[in-house]
Amino acid sequence: MSDLLRLATAGSVDDGKSTLVGRLLYDTKSVLADTLDAVHRASADRGLTTPDLSLLVDGLRSEREQGITIDVAYRYFATPNRSFVLADTPGHVQYTRNTVTGASTAQLGVLLVDARKGVVEQTRRHAAVLALLGVPRLVLAVNKIDLVDYDEVTFVRIAKEFTAHATALGYPEGAVLEIPVSALVGDNVVERSDKTPWYSGPTLLEHLETVPVEPDPHDAPFRFPVQYVIRPRTAEYPDYRGYAGQVAAGTVRVGDEVEVLPGGLRSTVEKIDTFDGPLEEAAAGQSVTLLLADDLDIGRGDLVVAGGRPRVTDEFEATVCWLAEKPLTPGDRVLVKHGTRTVQAVVGSLHARFDEQALSSVDSPGSLRLNEIGRVAVRTAQALPLDEYGEVRRGGAFLVIDPADGSTLAAGLVGAPLPVEDART
Amino acid sequence: MKAADRLESEAIHVFREVAGEFDRPVILFSGGKDSTLLLHLAVKAFWPAPVPFPLLHVDTGHNFDEVIEFRDRVVAKYGLRLEVARVQDYIDDGRLQERPDGTRNPLQTVPLLDAITTHKFDAVFGGGRRDEERARAKERIFSLRNAFGQWEPRRQRPELWNLYNGRHRPGEHVRVFPLSNWTELDVWHYIAREGIELPSIYYAHERKVFLRDGMWLAEGPWGGPRDGEQLVTKTVRYRTVGDGSCTGAVESDAADIASVIAEVAASRLTERGATRADDRLSEAAMEDRKREGYF
Repeated sequence: MSDLLRLATAGSVDDGKSTLVGRLLYDTKSVLADTLDAVHRASADRGLTTPDLSLLVDGLRSEREQGITIDVAYRYFATPNRSFVLADTPGHVQYTRNTVTGASTAQLGVLLVDARKGVVEQTRRHAAVLALLGVPRLVLAVNKIDLVDYDEVTFVRIAKEFTAHATALGYPEGAVLEIPVSALVGDNVVERSDKTPWYSGPTLLEHLETVPVEPDPHDAPFRFPVQYVIRPRTAEYPDYRGYAGQVAAGTVRVGDEVEVLPGGLRSTVEKIDTFDGPLEEAAAGQSVTLLLADDLDIGRGDLVVAGGRPRVTDEFEATVCWLAEKPLTPGDRVLVKHGTRTVQAVVGSLHARFDEQALSSVDSPGSLRLNEIGRVAVRTAQALPLDEYGEVRRGGAFLVIDPADGSTLAAGLVGAPLPVEDART
Repeated sequence: MKAADRLESEAIHVFREVAGEFDRPVILFSGGKDSTLLLHLAVKAFWPAPVPFPLLHVDTGHNFDEVIEFRDRVVAKYGLRLEVARVQDYIDDGRLQERPDGTRNPLQTVPLLDAITTHKFDAVFGGGRRDEERARAKERIFSLRNAFGQWEPRRQRPELWNLYNGRHRPGEHVRVFPLSNWTELDVWHYIAREGIELPSIYYAHERKVFLRDGMWLAEGPWGGPRDGEQLVTKTVRYRTVGDGSCTGAVESDAADIASVIAEVAASRLTERGATRADDRLSEAAMEDRKREGYF
């Protein structure tokens, strides 16, 4: 079993996300005494009689002043069974981009709803964003269950509605779990509640500790973006020339034949080097240095591949999550960062805007605004080796960057990784 | 992959990204455990070539001798270049004034920003971890600073997958935190695994200390102890290393790595809460200092 789970929270404002995260930390005894003292003091200063657990996580001055979460925070906690990296993301509509940030590396998404309100617009939007980014598993925490008198009928109604939405987004049965919780009181977060005898499933923490974490598939094609060329030119290593990088997908072994894109040169892996000694093979996630049999002209930005070739193209279709206040309009000149290569690009026609509520798309919307998701045509100054995001996550992901001020404008996903009824058909 | 290998691999990836994309990176190096770990990971990232960055120490003048001795030894061992920005120089020529409470920790910001400007550093590595403090938990791995070195938490760039955006305009720089996802325990487990040497003050030793605001502070040229503060000899160790005026010792018998790990795992106090006076100033002390350009 994997000893680490990366998860992201999402949910609407005031659904109690920070309280839930605070509760997880508090009940797993991940909060140390001085931090807790500070929360007790701050709660008392605000005139509260019980500690406000959201103060454990809302770290910025303005967050505490306004009682909302503004930016993603990363939390670390561990139980004897597993370690967790939790991306705690804000619920406000204007900060949906932070949900994208949290979801891009998550293996599981925890969505919160208020049991009194059920599935709302923001729930559907966040579930769609998690699905789009390929987060393989979802949990729906039906929070504030104490405020509906622990009513089973209410819970079942919300759970059914959410399952239907998740299924429409492409989640298979078993990848989604609904849990009735009260973050404030602590029901079914870490401790099992005796007020929900009708619920036989795991508590949130039990689920997080035991849920399978999908490893990268062994048969995924090998992808290795070259980050940096290591050339010591020292007396000890006069001719050493290694290509440093992190394996983005698949596995490589000494002796494998590889191709270097976009140039298309071929060679064989002679050595896989690390500071701690050479390896026979390296798999997704490992930072290594490759030495090839032939003396090729390779540098930062090149992609070493094997086991199936990505498409090498300067024109492609992509889905973008627009993260900037400045809207996207066709013809915009941008930068595209894919792997370790950054190239100039033009956003061509804007084919569709995705409607996360109806799970349908709107034809030729004219522009894309903050937090909108759309299908665009992209033309790049140099050809890029691209995988479909839905098939090789790291091989199909890219950033859209503003060449003027360097800001990140969009998360880009090559192809169409979400099942959508197209309005045009 | 084990969690420790994943953390190591991520940090190495971050070092190589910066080497590939920036013109003048620098590693902030104080000789403390986080920056020592940072340097160890940098060595691994570029082996068998040398680390392609210089080091920068912002010296408050209130250091522990053991740490400075260690700092110089490590720099010599790896054959690196060390720049030192001295708070004392600024006080001597009147650009900074000594504070009434004697602590020089907040005075580091100006020499740091000056050094960044003078050397035109465009990427500055720090050993900060998100588990240290609530404001740090909000920090990106690549954190853009404006021309005044300020952090603007509301304007942070989204950080997606492992595609780091290091673009910046002239005058701006990026603070880079390869240890973002490590916890204090991860650091200690890794130090044990790799056999990394640390300054001796991280392990239990006898020291003359006195109590101020609930913390055991060492005597020093910074003005401790004051009248009414009693020096006593205790067996202590340090969990963090910083300016002598605000870094407290903890009473401890942990004289080797295994006992330190056991002690940290059992501790009910956070690293900074236990031994850093500067974080106790207000509910948002760290955030406020980061907004000013501090790390």
